[in-house]
Amino acid sequence: MIHDVAVRDQSRQDKRAPGGRRRRSGRRFSRRDILIVAAMLAIPVLGDIAFIWGPALVSVALSLFQWNGVGGLHARGCIPGGLFPDNGCFSGWQNYHQAATNYPPFWPAVQHNLIWLGVFVAFATPLGMFFAVLIDSGLKGSRVYQTVLFLPVMLSLALIGIIWEFFYSPNYGLINVVTGHNTNANLIDWLGNPSINLWSVLIEASWRQAGYVMVLYLAGLKAVDPSLREAARIDGASAWQTFWHVTFPSMMPMNVVVAVITVIESLRAFDLVYITNKGTNGLELLSALITSNIVGETSRPGFGSALGVVLLVISLVPISAFLYQMFARREPR
Amino acid sequence: MTRHRAWRTAAYAFMIVACLAWLVPVLFALYVSFRPNAETSQYGYVSLPHHLTFQNYVSAWTQSDMLRFFGNSVLITIPAVIVTLLLASMVAFVVTRVNIKVNLALLLLFTAGNLLPQQVIITPLYRLYLLIPLPGFLSASGYLFDSYTGLIVINVAFQTGFCVFVLSNYMRTIPGEMYEAAEVDGAGLWGRYWRLTLPLCRPALAALATLLTTWIYNDFFWAITLISTGGKRPVTSALANLQGQFVSNQNLIAAAAMIVAVPTLVVYLLLQRQFIAGLTLGSTKG
Repeated sequence: MIHDVAVRDQSRQDKRAPGGRRRRSGRRFSRRDILIVAAMLAIPVLGDIAFIWGPALVSVALSLFQWNGVGGLHARGCIPGGLFPDNGCFSGWQNYHQAATNYPPFWPAVQHNLIWLGVFVAFATPLGMFFAVLIDSGLKGSRVYQTVLFLPVMLSLALIGIIWEFFYSPNYGLINVVTGHNTNANLIDWLGNPSINLWSVLIEASWRQAGYVMVLYLAGLKAVDPSLREAARIDGASAWQTFWHVTFPSMMPMNVVVAVITVIESLRAFDLVYITNKGTNGLELLSALITSNIVGETSRPGFGSALGVVLLVISLVPISAFLYQMFARREPR
Repeated sequence: MTRHRAWRTAAYAFMIVACLAWLVPVLFALYVSFRPNAETSQYGYVSLPHHLTFQNYVSAWTQSDMLRFFGNSVLITIPAVIVTLLLASMVAFVVTRVNIKVNLALLLLFTAGNLLPQQVIITPLYRLYLLIPLPGFLSASGYLFDSYTGLIVINVAFQTGFCVFVLSNYMRTIPGEMYEAAEVDGAGLWGRYWRLTLPLCRPALAALATLLTTWIYNDFFWAITLISTGGKRPVTSALANLQGQFVSNQNLIAAAAMIVAVPTLVVYLLLQRQFIAGLTLGSTKG
């Protein structure tokens, strides 16, 4: 009994020690404990390295080779202008150079990814936030609005793509019939016309993204201390000022999460364009180009990896921002 | 006061219009799925119904291997969810409750891995899957590629990161005194994980299980790239093939899409709170 008390007191004191190390590091690490920790970590860590980070790093290496996926790689440099293709040779930046200068879908894909991001930042995410603020302001039937607007988040993107095809269908679709564009003379091919199909698909994507953002912000708004808003109201701030200067800044962790989701989801965008037309003809995206370089008959792992590395480098920006916000600002442990 | 009332009215109007607009695409596809193809090809989709029928659902089910695709989804989703939660909870426990130097690095490794776009890793992963042999009882193809095991493995590896992040935030809220008491009572490290931490994390685990089931069931990308045999695909990705098969009868596709949506709609109606909790746990606590 006395021993018990002593141990507890000890740990309390340690915890209080200012700036001191957290209590009892290594104090009770028996050999058995070390084995247990190793066993608990081994599978997930090895799995994460083998199937996530390993491939991410290997793609950087693969992107430097000219390779069609058959036979091995060798360190010999590629012979420039060689008559026969020297498969598996080291070509340095060649794949990147080719992507940028001699691969027509590359720049459209980059542009479409940027447009996708722009629409999410300027439209879908603010819309979701607006939904959340309205629902949180205590409208009657808020539960109903929330349930309806959240529906698309549950559905798979592949399914969303298929459902919307009925809406957009040129001859029979709802939108063309209602607007009178369903005769062959004035048909609008929403998903087929390369100058508008990206925007059509972005409406589908925003339909889902807004609901997603709404749910996150509803949770964020619930966590805001109501007395803050009350105080601002008493000080004479308008609803807009209260939101912008009080509520919004106090939702800081959630703002970062939403910002990261907005960027990452627009880099990940794939399913919708793939189900619509496999990401061609106006719907090129980096993700779709990478995929067509592995599953198509023109398999070029080296070149596909170079496109993957481009996507990797871009996505490291929001990922680092997220990690910094989540972990670096936490007190050191 | 009148200004306030005008604002309220505008807010109601906006929400009602938005909700109707949100429902239209789903309800329209649902409507198409109940109408015979003969009728819609004569009058178009936007027309009053002469007949409403379940025949499209019956045909979509019987003319495709739908049962088999659903079976594939179950075979992949259930083990993947269980293994993900088990592995993620172990990592989260070590990261929050055992003081080793690499904790932060581990947390970063897992969290960042989950944020990578899948396409960043697919090219080497595809080659890797073609290289790793599996015994016949785990994979009919003899490789990780084109096997249920392979699909389970990548879903687990990819989702573990998110779950580690959420669970470690959740475990951090468990008071340290409970662990001290357990230690005094003689509970070893494993006991503190299995008999103390896991039961306390039940709400978080339930929320994550709901979320993971939906996400893995909804997965499209891993299945179309890592499974080459059409008959082995889970139902969400099989939908893309059905689209080709039923190309002359769009009403069947509408019905097939609705059938595929049923499990997620069940989650939506019964477990929506759990699902939302899973989405928001990671970002509001900790």
